[in-house]
Amino acid sequence: PLSVAECPGTSSAQAGRAAACQGCPNQKLCASGAAAPDPGEGGPEGPRGGGGARPRLTARCRPPAEAAALRERLRGVRHTVLVLSGKGGVGKSTFSALLAHGLAAREDKQVALLDIDICGPSIPKMMGLEGEQVHQSGSGWSPVYVEENLGVMSVGFLLSSLDDAVIWRGPKKNGLIKQFLRDVDWGVIDYLIIDTPPGTSDEHLSIVQYLGAAHIDGAVIITTPQEVSLQDVRKEINFCHKVKLPIIGVVENMSGFVCPKCKNESQIFPPTTGGAEKMCQNLNVSLLGKVPLDPQIGKSCDKGQSFFSEAPESPATSSYRNIIQRIQEYCDQQHLQEEKII
Amino acid sequence: QVGILDVDLCGPSIPRMFRVQDNDVHQCDSGWVPVFVDQDKSISLMSIGFLLEKPDDAVVWRGPKKNALIKQFVADVAWGDLDFLIVDTPPGTSDEHISTVEALRPYKPLGAILVTTPQAVSVGDVRRELTFCKKTGLRVLGIVENMSGFVCPHCSECTNIFSKGGGEELAKHAGVPFLGCVPLDPQLSRSLEEGRDFIQEFPKSAAFPALTRIAQHILDGTSQPSS
Repeated sequence: PLSVAECPGTSSAQAGRAAACQGCPNQKLCASGAAAPDPGEGGPEGPRGGGGARPRLTARCRPPAEAAALRERLRGVRHTVLVLSGKGGVGKSTFSALLAHGLAAREDKQVALLDIDICGPSIPKMMGLEGEQVHQSGSGWSPVYVEENLGVMSVGFLLSSLDDAVIWRGPKKNGLIKQFLRDVDWGVIDYLIIDTPPGTSDEHLSIVQYLGAAHIDGAVIITTPQEVSLQDVRKEINFCHKVKLPIIGVVENMSGFVCPKCKNESQIFPPTTGGAEKMCQNLNVSLLGKVPLDPQIGKSCDKGQSFFSEAPESPATSSYRNIIQRIQEYCDQQHLQEEKII
Repeated sequence: QVGILDVDLCGPSIPRMFRVQDNDVHQCDSGWVPVFVDQDKSISLMSIGFLLEKPDDAVVWRGPKKNALIKQFVADVAWGDLDFLIVDTPPGTSDEHISTVEALRPYKPLGAILVTTPQAVSVGDVRRELTFCKKTGLRVLGIVENMSGFVCPHCSECTNIFSKGGGEELAKHAGVPFLGCVPLDPQLSRSLEEGRDFIQEFPKSAAFPALTRIAQHILDGTSQPSS
C-alpha cells in the first residue's frame, strides 16, 4: 500500500509532532524545533482574486550535534561538486559518471560519486555496478568501488530487484540523503561529485542544507540547446543564488550531430533562443563547453563502461575532457583562495 | 475537449509549448479558469507556469507544498466537460506522482502512458515507473519509445543516437502494449519551442506518423463500450 503520510511540513508548528511524523527519519530534527525554513520559502500565491499568503517562520538553527557529526564525517573531502539540471533527460547522470571517470584518471586522486536521485538511480548501471550491494563495516557503509580510487554510493545498491520502485515522499528521501552523508565511510577524498535528480525540490534543498556544515565548491548545470531546457536552467540558476551555491558553469549537451555517413551536421535540438551560450552571456555565468551527440555515449553508459576508453577519438571525448579540466581548475583556484585566507 | 494538467512544478514546460507562457489564471465562481490555448477552446491548460511572477522564478518547494497545489489543480480548477484530461508529470515516483494519483482516483483514470528513450539506462528507470503503476493500481496503456532513431536530412542515413529497441523490449517483458517508436525530429523540437501546432503544420515530418498513430490508438481504446 502507498504511504499516505501527511507531512505537516518542516517549517510548520506541527513539525515532528503530527501523528504522521511517527517513523519519519526527520522526526527528531523537526520536533526539536531545529528544522530551518527553506531558503526558497514563498512562491506563487495562486490566481488573481484568490489565494493567500503562506505563514513564514523565523529562522532557527539546527542542533549543533547533528551538524558536527556531518562535518566530522566529511572532513576528509577536499572538493565537492553538485551536478544539477532543470530538466530531466539532458544527460546529467551521464555527465556525472564521466566527470568521476575523468577526475579519477589521475591515480593519485581519490574520487567519490554520490547518487542522490532516489527515485531514478542510474549511476550504478552507468558505472558497471548494477547488482552490487552495500556492505557495512565498523566505520560505516562502504562505498562500492569501480577503481581503487573511484567509489560510488547510490540507493540503487540498496534495492534487491531492478523493478523495485522507491515510492517515497520528500521527508523519507531527505532521511536517506542524510544517511548517505553521515553513515558512508567516505574516507579522504579529493573530489566528491553529487548527482541529483532534475528540479529544485527536497533533494536539492536537503543536500545544500546538510552540506552547509561542510563546503560545496560549486554546481555544474547541464542543459540541451533548447529553450524548454534553458527555461528550467534559469530556474536552477535562480535556486543556486537563493541558497548561495556558487555556479561553476553550464554544460550544453546534445549540441549538434554529425552524420557518420555524409558528415553533415544537424541541429537535432535547435537553439531557437541562442542556446546555452546566449543564456550564459545574459546571466553572467560560465559556459564550460558544448558536447555534441554521439551514439557511443549512450552505448557506453548502457554497458557500464567509460566513454573515454570506448571512444577516445570522438569529438565528444575532447569536449568532455576540456570541461572537466575547467572544473578542476575552478576547484584548485578555490583551494588557493582558501589557503590565502588562512 | 482536451485538458492538460502540468504537474511538473519545478520545470513547467507545457505553457511555452502552446505559446501561452505569458497568460494569467483568473478565478470565476466555479473555480480557477484554465488557460485556453486555441481559438476553438478545444484545449485547456493548467500549469504552475501561469502562477509565477517572473518566468525564471524557481519553485523551491518541498513535497507538502507541492502536494497541496496538485490537490488544488484537480479540485479547484473549473475544467468543465472534458473528453480527455492529460496529466504531464516530472520524472520519478515521488510526491507529484503519489499526489496526482490520489487526487485523480475518484475520477477513475484511464491509465498511464510511459515514455522512455531506447537506452537501457532510461528503460531501467521506466521499469520502476511500471512498478509504481502496479502498486497504485494504475493501468498501463502502453510504452512509447521516444527519440528512437534520427534520419539525416542530407543523406537519409538513420542513426540510432540513443540506441534502439529498449522500449519495445520492455513492453514485451512487462506484458504491456507497445505504442510505437517516435523518431528524433528537429522540426518537432523547433515547433515545440515556438509553441506551434506540430500536428497541423508539419504532417510530412518524421515524427508525425508515430504521434498520430499513438493518438489514434488511445481514441480507439476509448471508443469501445466500457465493460
